[in-house]
Amino acid sequence: MAVLQINGSSIDVNDEGYMTNHAQWNPDVAAELAKGLGVTLTPAHWRVLNFIDKDFGEKGVVPGIRRMNKVGGIPTKELYDLFPEGPIKKAAKISGYPKPASCV
Amino acid sequence: MRQLVILGAGTAGTMMANHLHKSIDLHEWQITIVDQYPKHYYQPGFLFIPFGLYSEKDVVKSKREFIPHGVEYLESAIDRIDPRTNSVMLASGTTLNYDILIIATGAKTAPEQTEGLTGSDWRKRIFDFYTFEGATALHAALENWNGGRLVVHITELPIKCPVAPLEFSFLADWWLAERGLRDKTELVYVTPLSSAFTKPICADVMGHTLTDKRINTVTDFNIARVDNDQHQIISWDGREVPYDLLVTIPTNMGDAMIERSGIGDELNFVPTDKHTLQSKVKDNIFVIGDATDVPASKAGSVAHFESEVLTKNILHYMHGEPLTEDFDGHANCYIESGFNKAFLIDFNYELEPMPGTFPLPGIGPFSLLKESYVNHLGKLAFRWIYWNGLLKARPIPGISHTMSRTGKRIPPTVPTDVASEA
Ligand SMILES: Cc1cc2nc3c(=O)[nH]c(=O)nc-3n(C[C@H](O)[C@H](O)[C@H](O)COP(=O)(O)OP(=O)(O)OC[C@H]3O[C@@H](n4cnc5c(N)ncnc54)[C@H](O)[C@@H]3O)c2cc1C
Repeated sequence: MAVLQINGSSIDVNDEGYMTNHAQWNPDVAAELAKGLGVTLTPAHWRVLNFIDKDFGEKGVVPGIRRMNKVGGIPTKELYDLFPEGPIKKAAKISGYPKPASCV
Repeated sequence: MRQLVILGAGTAGTMMANHLHKSIDLHEWQITIVDQYPKHYYQPGFLFIPFGLYSEKDVVKSKREFIPHGVEYLESAIDRIDPRTNSVMLASGTTLNYDILIIATGAKTAPEQTEGLTGSDWRKRIFDFYTFEGATALHAALENWNGGRLVVHITELPIKCPVAPLEFSFLADWWLAERGLRDKTELVYVTPLSSAFTKPICADVMGHTLTDKRINTVTDFNIARVDNDQHQIISWDGREVPYDLLVTIPTNMGDAMIERSGIGDELNFVPTDKHTLQSKVKDNIFVIGDATDVPASKAGSVAHFESEVLTKNILHYMHGEPLTEDFDGHANCYIESGFNKAFLIDFNYELEPMPGTFPLPGIGPFSLLKESYVNHLGKLAFRWIYWNGLLKARPIPGISHTMSRTGKRIPPTVPTDVASEA
């Protein structure tokens, strides 16, 4: 457990840097978390983050690549372009949700 | 007569036909079960076929042999379910109306989901062992193996029996050693996970076992395509893993009938309440076994525990009572590790696999999360139990559908809700 300071607010994160209290999340926090991963958020990134947010609300888990493709309409190639290397892990972290158990 | 229809006469559907035949009033209820194929395969036996340890006779029996008299058995492909009209359309043209429906259509491999997987190397240098045909073809390929790079690969999760690829790798190490080919073979284990298994403590033990057996591991590998000319698999982040022989676990999906019926998720698994096994599609539809989207392992042992829960809940439903029986995600899986040894893991939704003894605390005879000869005997005995006990819905003495915590050495720091996929 650790605490990050973002724009004057305290953000609780676990040892791997995933937020543990989603109530503390907001778009500014997302931008800072993204910066920490070397990602600058654009509308294309937000389309992914918004889908994760909506889907997590319905399913209670971060969607996997296939669900992003089929339900979110976001191609895998685009996910890797937007969030290089581990798109789901990175996008989950930036959207303030837990690390997915079985995703890249 | 009221109608109860079971779709699929595999592991789970057959168990349900036997359970319900014993426990419901057959003057009031007619039970019908539908499957497209006449042969029942013991799928856990597919693991042993590539190594010549089992052959066809060890893994096939007639489906009808396990369906009790008094249950109507229909052999036909199922075209679709129409939840609005409570009916099922068969490919044969027949329509079945139901009061209660149980979906037990399982999961199967879908190699066509990966670009290039069914290309020119398919069944020449690329094999699966999740189908009878694949396992048999792989046996022939291994018989001709003289060394090189043997890559074991998981495409994406979830898959049936998530430990089977590890077991295959461990057995390959043993089989190659027996044949004097181990030093001529580079064994590589490629997984989309960040470690050897989904659950941390077990992943650690499996990771060490892979290292001890000199099996190189490539993690976080999300396959984009197969290059059949260069004989390599390529990930979305551009990594290349060359192979001489690729043993892959293709994407596992629910049947296309689920998609045609408009009731599945992105992998054609049916949204299901993970405790009651009632579908989220409609109250009178229940789901069991690999066809569900519940976050438990897709395993025969899970189907067995689920069948006990589902039988009680169907009886509750028939009597208009609340569905009080609760499935806890219990799974019990042997992990064959070569050289006549195996691990055993026993876990549920809340508690990941822990070390200890099973089923009797301190006595065993099986050891949890530890290799032993007795565990290996357990794995071999599972086939007999499957045909003679599980399918016929006979309870296994001493093993309940609720996971027992006694006998497990649970460290105080383990979170009780890991809520991850298996
Ligand atoms: C290689 C391998 C190793 C395994 N090892 C183990 C192990 O060690 N221990 C363990 O517990 N489990 C193991 N399993 C998993 C186990 O076999 C499955 O979890 C179990 O069989 C699931 O049962 P099911 O009834 O849900 O599906 P299945 O047994 O696959 O049955 C589904 C049935 O539905 C029928 N069906 C589907 N669609 C249609 C349609 N449209 N029309 C008509 N019929 C249809 C199919 O023909 C099939 O008969 C292993 C699996 C594999 C592949």
